[in-house]
Amino acid sequence: MTDIFLQAFIYLAAAVIAVPIATKLGLGSVLGYLFAGVIIGPVIGLVGEETTAIQHFAEFGVVMMLFLVGLELDPNKLWAMRNRLLGLGGLQVGVTTAVVMALAMLFEQPWTIALTIGLIFSLASTAIVLQTFNEKGLGKTEGAQNAFSVLLFQDIAVIPMLAFIPLLALPELQAQASTLAAAADHHEQLSLVAGLPGWAYGLVITLSIAAVAVGGHFLSRPLFRFVANSGHREIFTATALMLVIGIAALMSLVGLSPALGTFLAGVVLANSEFRHELESNIDPFKGLLLGLFFITVGAGINFAILFDEFLLISALTLAVIAVKAAVLYLLALIFRVKGSARWLLTLSLAQAGEFGFVLLGFSLQSHVLPAEMAQKLLLVVALSMFLTPGLFILFDKVIQPRFAKQANDREQDTVDETGTVIIAGIGRVGQIINRTLMANGVKTVVLDYQTNQVDAMRKIGTKAYFGDARRPELLHTAGIEHAAAFVVAIDSRECSVELVKYVHHCYPDIKIIARAFDRGHGYLLRQAGADAIEPETYHSALELGVHAMKALGHHPFFVEQQKAAYKNVEEQQSDLLYQAWIDDSDGERFDNNYIKLFLQMEEHLADAMGKDKRGVHSLSEREWTPPPKGYVDKIK
Amino acid sequence: MQKNKVLVLYAHPSQHRSEVNQPLFQAACQIDGVTAVDLYGKYPTFNINIVKEQQQLLDHNVIIFLFPLFWYSTPAILKEWQDLVLEYGFAYGEGADALTDKVFLCALSAGGKEEAYQSNGYLHFPIKELLRPLEQMAATSGMKCLAPFVLFGSRTAVEENRLQKHISQWQQLLNALVQGNIDIPAAQQVDKLNDYLDSPGGNL
Repeated sequence: MTDIFLQAFIYLAAAVIAVPIATKLGLGSVLGYLFAGVIIGPVIGLVGEETTAIQHFAEFGVVMMLFLVGLELDPNKLWAMRNRLLGLGGLQVGVTTAVVMALAMLFEQPWTIALTIGLIFSLASTAIVLQTFNEKGLGKTEGAQNAFSVLLFQDIAVIPMLAFIPLLALPELQAQASTLAAAADHHEQLSLVAGLPGWAYGLVITLSIAAVAVGGHFLSRPLFRFVANSGHREIFTATALMLVIGIAALMSLVGLSPALGTFLAGVVLANSEFRHELESNIDPFKGLLLGLFFITVGAGINFAILFDEFLLISALTLAVIAVKAAVLYLLALIFRVKGSARWLLTLSLAQAGEFGFVLLGFSLQSHVLPAEMAQKLLLVVALSMFLTPGLFILFDKVIQPRFAKQANDREQDTVDETGTVIIAGIGRVGQIINRTLMANGVKTVVLDYQTNQVDAMRKIGTKAYFGDARRPELLHTAGIEHAAAFVVAIDSRECSVELVKYVHHCYPDIKIIARAFDRGHGYLLRQAGADAIEPETYHSALELGVHAMKALGHHPFFVEQQKAAYKNVEEQQSDLLYQAWIDDSDGERFDNNYIKLFLQMEEHLADAMGKDKRGVHSLSEREWTPPPKGYVDKIK
Repeated sequence: MQKNKVLVLYAHPSQHRSEVNQPLFQAACQIDGVTAVDLYGKYPTFNINIVKEQQQLLDHNVIIFLFPLFWYSTPAILKEWQDLVLEYGFAYGEGADALTDKVFLCALSAGGKEEAYQSNGYLHFPIKELLRPLEQMAATSGMKCLAPFVLFGSRTAVEENRLQKHISQWQQLLNALVQGNIDIPAAQQVDKLNDYLDSPGGNL
């Protein structure tokens, strides 16, 4: 137990120190994690053998990441990008493999080894690249979208590669191994499909994928609703984890890539009302596991081999990056990717990736590659990943500014889109606000913690999402960074104040519009930073007062004027009352001064509405007052 | 040196459709010494604050109504504004001198062509005749009423490239009012201020 605590502490401490420093230096978190790994591993030797074991565990971060990627991508979008996916992605993998293989054969490698090397280096690092896009806010750019389709194709292509590589096994290595294997107790992985005939294997795979797709579509909603209605947030988190891990387990059992399975599940759930909540639940796990993964990559670097053959390995690394970049640049030309997007695509995908490690390990197991070569290739893969943040920095500092300047010169007037409004709480109040905005063509994102409300909204075609609006991650995924206004209409006093405070603190530019329950709550919201506050009962109560006055026989227009007078006094006095309330900050808000002011307001009200019969000209009587009788004689 | 403080009271109930008055309002906002107020924006429910409006009048010496002509008169809020703000004892009546010697004028757009606003045209009355109630409002309050500043045929002004000249004349007029460079009797005499600004004396 002590060991585990100690190790966890070392890994966490390394990350806690290295990542903020790397971010501050503009290197990005991935490089920070890698350095953290190098320092605790080869440099000061705090961690050692266990890194490989941890790496297998941390690879699960990639699986989670693909789940999240799937969530962000609904099937329509996927279908729309099919050309890029197959064309750009397919050609990238095919051409890179062919070029690397040809080069390897030039150096007199047998074709089987050359092909394996080609396959390993055709893959790029989904983890590094997507994480970096996210951090730099490049995710929606053209270059990133293209890079994403390539990465997606690679992630899918890994599965046939894993099936294909064992066929390339070298006879001499195999013979060597079989003698060893006879002695050693061969460890068989748990599998449902081992020993099945081909057709049955296909059937099982088809059934499993169908189970994920159909189950994700039809069973997940009732399950989530059932769990959500229990009101325990941690159980929802547990459900989300259970889903991802369950699918990964199922895929492993039938010999498919867990990453592909969870990606599929993500796509199926992309249109679900629970999407944002799922995202915000899985996201922290993904971040940590990926971080752990990068640390293990750093820690796993074998410095002895690196120093012995430094020239060879660095030359190989640069060659790999150059070949990959050249292929990507060529494809970008063919697919008419222009400007800075072309360079982003070229530079972002020029490294080898984490699936390279997976393939290397697998090739070693399947006796396709000799061990010492695998060691060197591992270093090349790791080193190229190390250099990736450098390529991004090159893009950021050199290429982007040049194109940004050109773009600025070209177009001056951009049509600004209607800002999105986020509405937290879609009960009676939120619904009316939402309808008003939608009727005016404003895009709204609606969040609510009650599934039946979300269901009801979805039935009438509103984009409603299930989730607790107080969670920062959820607000982030709902797009608060780009929203113009934030409406707080949730059904809890404390939560709404808390929410206003948080949003005002983190996004000072956004306009916060809040529903108050009563006067005191309104003051709390105002103090928390809300820009516009309306008490929920005030206007309807005033209207009811209007009806009562009319029932007593007063003229409708006169009653309307009295209402306006009431509002005027209320408005004028409410500032004074707020100040009095805020001055007395020791808990007991309604002190003597406040009460005095409140009574004063009552007096003003009576005065303004003409109940005061002291003969003074009251405010409401001033309007449309005829001149005094006999005034004509005094005017010349 | 600024001599005068100019108040532009702008009334247009559907500004998103406005082609003439909205640019004029925006141009007025840009000029030093001019306070431009969007009345429909300030009082969307017609709940006009008499005290504030009267104080604003006291703070300025040139008052301009800027509006599109609706049924030979102002949009409703300007009528409401007069009914409420120009009170007995403030604007008129015994001892009332709050507005005495201030300058008043209307800047308006009219849909009909200038030829139509003639005694022999199909609208029968010159624009100055139609605006007599406002002229008399000014007179009763002791203000000097200048001739109106008008853009006729306003629905096609943009298409016929007449708006730009009108806006520059409007800026010229506002600057002259701020500087006190207007020959008041001459500006009262003409049929419309546009003529005064076009004349050699008005072309400042």
